[in-house]
Parts: sequence; C-alpha cells; structure tokens
Amino acid sequence: MPKTQSPAIDLGPAEKILSEMKNTEPDSLIPILQKLQEAYGYLPVPVLKWVSGQTGIPTSRMHGVITFYTQFHTKPHGRHTVRICEGTACHVKGSPRISERISKELEIEPGATTKDMRFTFEIVACMGTCFLAPVMMVDEDYYGQLKPDKIKSILEKYE
Amino acid sequence: MTYPVIAYPDDLEIFRKRITAEKVSRKQILLCMTGCRALGAEEVGKAFHEKLRMAGLEEEFEIIETGCHGQCSRAPVLLIEPEHFLYGGVSPDDVDEIIEKTLKGGLPVARLCADADGNTTADPDELPFFQHQSKEVLKNCGRVDPRKLESAVAAGAYQAAARALTKMSPEEIIDEVLNSGLRGRGGAGFLTGQKWRFCRRAEGEQKYLICNADEGDPGAFMDRALLEGNPHQIIEGMIIAAFAIGASRGFIYVRAEYPIAVEHITIASEQARACGLLGKNIFGSGFSFDIEIRMGAGAFVCGEETALIASLEGERGMPSPRPPFPAVKGFKGMPTNINNVETLANVPLIIEKGKTWFSAIGTPDGRGTKIFALAGKVINTGLVEVPLGATLRRIVFDIGGGIPGGRTFKAAQIGGPSGGCIPDEFLDLPLDYESVKELGAIIGSGGLIVMDDRTCMVDMARFFLDFVQKESCGKCVPCRVGTQHMVNLLTDICSGRGRPGDIKKLEDLSGVVKKGSLCGLGQTAPNPVLTTIRYFRKEYEAHINDGRCPAGVCKNLIEYSIIAEACRACGKCIKVCSVDAIRGEKKTPHIINPALCIRCGECMDVCPFDAVAVK
Ligand SMILES: Cc1cc2nc3c(=O)[nH]c(=O)nc-3n(C[C@H](O)[C@H](O)[C@H](O)COP(=O)(O)O)c2cc1C
Ligand code: FES
Repeated sequence: MPKTQSPAIDLGPAEKILSEMKNTEPDSLIPILQKLQEAYGYLPVPVLKWVSGQTGIPTSRMHGVITFYTQFHTKPHGRHTVRICEGTACHVKGSPRISERISKELEIEPGATTKDMRFTFEIVACMGTCFLAPVMMVDEDYYGQLKPDKIKSILEKYE
Repeated sequence: MTYPVIAYPDDLEIFRKRITAEKVSRKQILLCMTGCRALGAEEVGKAFHEKLRMAGLEEEFEIIETGCHGQCSRAPVLLIEPEHFLYGGVSPDDVDEIIEKTLKGGLPVARLCADADGNTTADPDELPFFQHQSKEVLKNCGRVDPRKLESAVAAGAYQAAARALTKMSPEEIIDEVLNSGLRGRGGAGFLTGQKWRFCRRAEGEQKYLICNADEGDPGAFMDRALLEGNPHQIIEGMIIAAFAIGASRGFIYVRAEYPIAVEHITIASEQARACGLLGKNIFGSGFSFDIEIRMGAGAFVCGEETALIASLEGERGMPSPRPPFPAVKGFKGMPTNINNVETLANVPLIIEKGKTWFSAIGTPDGRGTKIFALAGKVINTGLVEVPLGATLRRIVFDIGGGIPGGRTFKAAQIGGPSGGCIPDEFLDLPLDYESVKELGAIIGSGGLIVMDDRTCMVDMARFFLDFVQKESCGKCVPCRVGTQHMVNLLTDICSGRGRPGDIKKLEDLSGVVKKGSLCGLGQTAPNPVLTTIRYFRKEYEAHINDGRCPAGVCKNLIEYSIIAEACRACGKCIKVCSVDAIRGEKKTPHIINPALCIRCGECMDVCPFDAVAVK
C-alpha cells in the first residue's frame, strides 16, 4: 500500500466515503470518484493514491476514467462555476455570443479558471432547460433568455 | 406519512383507499417545482406557504409541488384546482392577489393567464397549446407530487405492476407489449417486446435491466421531465419489464446534469423499497428485483448501449462492436436489456389499458404517442405529447404557436446529433419512424428544435459535427478522424474559405464515416450534414461560390449596415454596441463602421424599427 499521504490533504472525507459505500469493487469506480469530487471539489492526486491502496483499483485505471469523462477534474476549481449551455436550442438562440462575452468579461477561455480563483468557466451541452435558451448557470443558479449585455451584472453578484 | 408494507396486490388497494379516504377535499395549488425552479418557482412556493400561514388558511388550501405542466415558456407555472386555472409567469408579488381573487373568490387573475400566443383564457383545455396534444404518458406529470408515494398511488401507480406480476406470465406480458407495437423511444426505435423476448430467451444465471436516462441529445428534456415529474411511473415500468425478461437487478443511468431528476428518482426508489415494491417477493409473486441509481459523468457516447454498460462497469465509456448484443452479453457478460425512460413510462399504460387501446393511437408504423421537446425559434417552448403520425405543422404551429418576431419557419431539427433538418415542404407529412427516416433524419429521442430564416444551415451542420467530433470516444478511425475532416471542411465553408468541390467531399466523407464507424455515434453523425446538403444545397453554394451567408450568421461573410430611411436615430444601437462601432447624432441616421464591427448582431436585435440590415 503506497504511503503517500500529503500532510496538506485531509483523508477523513475519503475514509468516510469508502466506509459508507456498500461496494468498492472496480465497477463502482465512477460513483467513488463522483463522491470524492463532491467532497473535495476536485480529485486530489494524493487522495486518489490512497483510495487506490484501499480498494486495489490501480491509479492508472483511475486516470483512464478521469480523463475520459468531462465531469472529472484533478485541479481545484474556482469559487464559482459558470456554465454556459451550447446545446442545440441555446446555439440557435445565440449562445456563442454569450460565451464570447463571458470570455471577455472573465478574460479566460472556456475550460479555464481565473487567476484569482473566483470563477471557473465551462461549456456544457444542454442542461435540459432549453425553454430558457440561451441559458447559463452560476453554481446552482439558472439565468435564462440571456443577452450579452446582462452578463456583467450577473457575474458581479458572485464574489 | 408512514408507508405500509405492500406484500400483495390487496395491500396496494387498501393503501390507495386509505389515501383517498384520508384526503380532505381542498382547493389545490399545483406548482411546478422542477423545470420552473430555474425561473423562481421556489420563491413563489415560499410566498404561498408564508402568506397562507399568516392568513390562517393553511388547512383550507393545499400546495402541491409537482413536475412539469408542459408549457415551459410561461415558467413559473401553476394550476389551481378545481377551478382549473393555469397561471404562468407567476412571481411572489402575485401571490396575494391569487389568494384573494382565485382561492377565496374563485375568479381568474387575467394578467397571469395570457400566453405568448395572445390567448387569455384561464382554462388550459381551451389553449391551442394543450388542445392539440394527447397527454397519455405525461398525464400525471404536473398532477402528482413526485416526492410522495401516496400521491402517485392515489393516481393509480403500481396497479399495472400488481396485475402483471400476479395475473400474467412473463410471456404474456411480452406478447402484450410486442403486439401493442411499442417501439423504443431512445433512438433506434426497435420493437420493445422483441427486445425483451431476446433477453428473456438468452442464457444466463443473472439478467439485468437498465433504464437509459442519459438523455444526451442537446435539446431534449422529456426524460428529465418524466423522472422529475412522476418517477414512480418509471420504477413501475422497470418492475414490469424486469419481471418479463427475468432480471433481478436494475440500474438507472441518469445524467449528472439533472440534479432534480437524480433526487426524485432516488427518493422514489427508497419509498418503493420501504414498502416492498422493490426487493424480495414483490406482490407475493416470488419475483425479486431491485434498482441502483448511477450518475453519468459527462460523456455523450455513454447513451449508446455498449458504452453505457462499460461505464456502469467502471470503465472508460467506449462502445464495443455488436453482436454480441447486450441482450445476450451485456453487463458483466450477462444478458442485459436497455430501455429508454420514455419507453418504460409507456409500459404501465399498455398493461393497464391494453394493447388494443395503445395500438389505436398513432400510425401502423408508430403506435402510441411521442413526447417532443419543443425549443428554438418557436413561441411556445415546452414539452409536447402527440400521437405518432402528427404533422410538423401541428407541433410547430398549432401547438407551438409558430415563429416569434414575425419571422418565417425554415426547418426543424429532429433527433439531435443523429438526426437531421426537415424543411418547410414537409410540414404536412405525418411524423413516424419510417417517414422521418426517409427524409434523412430520425425521430430519435424527440428533441425538436425550430429554426427560422435567420438560422444558417451550414452553421448548424458545423455545430453538430463539432459536437460529435468532441464527443467521439476515439476508438475507431472513421469516426475520430472522419468527423474531424468534416468539421474542418464545414468551418472553412462558414469562414469564407470554402472551395468548389467541398460539398462533394463532405458527401463522400459522410459515406465513409457512416459505413465504417463502430457505433451509432459515428454511423449517424453525418446525418445533419447530409440533410442540410439535401435540402439547403443553395445555402452551401452561396457560402462557397459567392462568399455570402444568406441567413446572416457566418461572421466572415456578412456585413451589418443601417438603412438610413428606416433609422429614427433613437440611439439604442449605439448604447448596445460593445465596440463603439456605431456613430450618430440625434435626428441623423446612424452609421456602422464595418472596420470596427465584430458582427455580433446586438444592434439588429435591439432596433425597434428594423433599420439594421445584414448581408
Ligand atoms: C451516441 C448515442 C447516444 C445515445 N444516447 C441515448 C440517450 O441519451 N438516451 C437513450 O435512451 N438512448 C440513447 N441512445 C440509444 C441507445 O443506444 C439505445 O438504443 C436505447 O437506449 C434503447 O432503448 P429503447 O429501445 O427503449 O429506445 C444513444 C445511441 C447512440 C448511438
Ligand atoms: S440546449 Fe441549452 S439547455 Fe438545452
């Protein structure tokens, strides 16, 4: 079992997650990663190594899975996550213009995090609220029927 | 409420009677607390609770938090019974008036009745949006409280399952579903009964049933609404399907982007388990079945059956060649049946009302109803359920209310990334599986995006190809490399670098990608390109030969200008322009400087006099 515990990272949440899961076989790898990410906000490598030691799931397999699914990330996210939908309905209703404006306001490209760790900016394909198109979410809040000139004031609400 | 143990069908009936008897007849406020949450339904609900409590009226009126009523363009939406008034665009400020006027006085609040079509009736049954629909599968969505088992049971939930498990044999159930003509609602449209029979007859000590709730088509949200609005209907469908094929374990694979759906289906499965509707010896039939809920992790290809199974096994979601089909060798190498959410939602109805009832709806090729998610450039967006065989005109114009802003209908995109664009000449064609296929599209999951004359079809083709290219898992070359070449060609055309011969190249590549790809993702990826070439070739040619985007979308090919005669010098465009490209004084027509203009189109949207032109 690899002993790579980083002093900066608390393994408590990971221990709790594993002990609460009925099944920690390899077929539960995705639920395990989802729970870890929910607890830590991202997937810290030392935690993955520790989980690998506990479950016997090789870290190489974990990385294969992490890189395949867009949901997983191994770097910390900003304090807030801005998600702009570029699904079909939103595209037809002008979402590219909205994401251009967000990029301009935040001075980052989609997929990146601002230097001050305030925002992470992501593009997603459909949130299932197509009737609000074009839509974006900041954390859990929806904003629909967007116009580029509304973006600035929306982002200002999040510190 | 404490839930009884439901060990036999009689227990269900006793429970149902108890709920009905305990129910005091009160006025009900049925407030959508799912999709409408995005526009403030929670605040409206809070205001109702608070104000009714303050007025001491809590006992008199019942607030029921429901799923989607369908008319999402009016969110937040609520229905008041027994008056049967549907209100839209409700804010917390309206609550006092609703209490006074409607709950106490029985009168409608006219302001909240107006829909985008200009109708002002309070009764939804008089709105064309609802009149032209046939709500069967969605019937209880918006009626029941999805977080309460008793609400579903009062509406008849689990009666079909009780009957199926105790009065029918698995083969009889399969025959009933097969002869009803139900076809899969998730993509390929395979006969559901046939699929079940393959799985039932396959050898294996353990069989699995998977509910595909990945809803990957970007523009479809009916599975979301079903899971959120009436999750017990899906669980009931799964119990019947599992009994028919002999599966003792089930999974629901649901998109992580749908947190409310995950929450509601989790609650529903816990309740069902607590009563014995899931678990051992369901309804005393000796049949045992339980469900595990798994969340997707953001990969479109995982909606494909074999990729979904790989994902459930904790692997990268890569598809594998079929055969062997999952019915023979699926999850953990065992026979596995995969059905879409809407397919499963149809199953209790077929058992309850019978195959004859079901097959009388729709066309010989497509029996029953289909839910379409209506979005894009259409007045009434929302969820629409019509018999298969309904025309596009009925959906887009009679129900959808037509195109906003006085613009014209150009095409409807059906079936998402595997589908295609259907132009106006087919507005009167009955939509069923085969008719849509002949046009080069698919019914698919039922995403239906309406496009007007300001949508560029080449840009749409590029959009979809870009989407599938990014979502291609990379396992097979035709899909990974072929779609990339197609994206490059389409991007060139959209940015003015198209060359004569590009259309032919796209068609040739389409053939290769379709034939050579491993799974449905690649096999259908060229459809949006092929249909747009088929119906909108002139638009491709205008881009390539004349350097023109007729719809005024592709930035490198367009120029905005202000028509001096139409401009009233109001200054709105100047304000909205983010790059100060518009100049003008009071009383003199404004002018756009093309060198500064970034062609965002904001000025055109904001101009009240249609004075901004694009060419
Ligand atoms: C790339 C790709 C994505 C798919 N995504 C979904 C999906 O999100 N939901 C779904 O039900 N079916 C999806 N399908 C279709 C499924 O593979 C499968 O046909 C369907 O779930 C079977 O259920 P049905 O017979 O009830 O329609 C997809 C297929 C492909 C090729
Ligand atoms: S396309 Fe944007 S929410 Fe569906």
